[in-house]
Amino acid sequence: MQKPPTPQERYQAEAQVISGQIRPVKRFYAFLFVFPTLMALWVVLSGRFDAFHLILGVISCALVSFLSGDLLFPHAPHPRQTFRLWWRFPLYVPWLLYQIFLANLHLLYLTFHPRMLQLIDPHMVRFRSTLKSEMALLTFANSITLTPGTITVRVSPDGDFVVHAIDRFSGEALPGEMEKRVARTFGED
Amino acid sequence: MNLVVIIILGLGLVFFAGGAVGILRFPDFYSRLHPAGKMDTLGSFLMLGALALYHLHPFTLDNVLVAIKIMLIVVFYFLASPTATHAIVDAGIRAGQSAWQKPKQGAGS
Repeated sequence: MQKPPTPQERYQAEAQVISGQIRPVKRFYAFLFVFPTLMALWVVLSGRFDAFHLILGVISCALVSFLSGDLLFPHAPHPRQTFRLWWRFPLYVPWLLYQIFLANLHLLYLTFHPRMLQLIDPHMVRFRSTLKSEMALLTFANSITLTPGTITVRVSPDGDFVVHAIDRFSGEALPGEMEKRVARTFGED
Repeated sequence: MNLVVIIILGLGLVFFAGGAVGILRFPDFYSRLHPAGKMDTLGSFLMLGALALYHLHPFTLDNVLVAIKIMLIVVFYFLASPTATHAIVDAGIRAGQSAWQKPKQGAGS
């Protein structure tokens, strides 16, 4: 487990990316990650499987991921972590969908309740997350927003969260199990 | 098969309707974003998922591709919707919009 980058290190890394000084190895990792994604998108969207269209796709995807692959993921992880992510993430999504469904039912109940104003109790929750990488924080923040009852108001790169919760019940669940699952998905547990 | 699709579509409609009613009923800017940003997401997931399922019926390559494209819409919706909600909340906080608090009932509550 490597040390989390300090804000200054992050800033320097981004400056390196912008000025094109990033190490070639990192660029290659980013390429490995971006190219299959773009290629899959190309195949799905074009829907033709003859050699001409596939070769066109390979050329344009390679060009795009060579030129701008490191912009999409400036802190591209090591391939081993990336592959881990590829099969961990699909495991996380069904659980998230289930949670979204449960929480939406709760919000639906609140919406149609005649004495809704007495049930809800909007308040801000502040907590500090143990997640480190940016992708993990982004996933966690978006997951919080998707589970109704809670909206992420602000996230700092160090993992400080401010969350708006609609009632006590929704606010109590944070950070809780969702953070653990995100951590497991991104290999940070 | 058609029955399943209809049920899922109906569920999606219920969530969309709940979202619309929620926007009208909740007391302030921030709590209105809860139904606006999320019940729409689940509603569109259910409805687009039902459409994708419906499209799979003659199971050919073309239909599968169309279904995958529909699911791609869902993926981008799931990425974009929380981000947009977050941006709106952040704009509200920056502009100094104050949040609705539950009126205090007596002392110590």
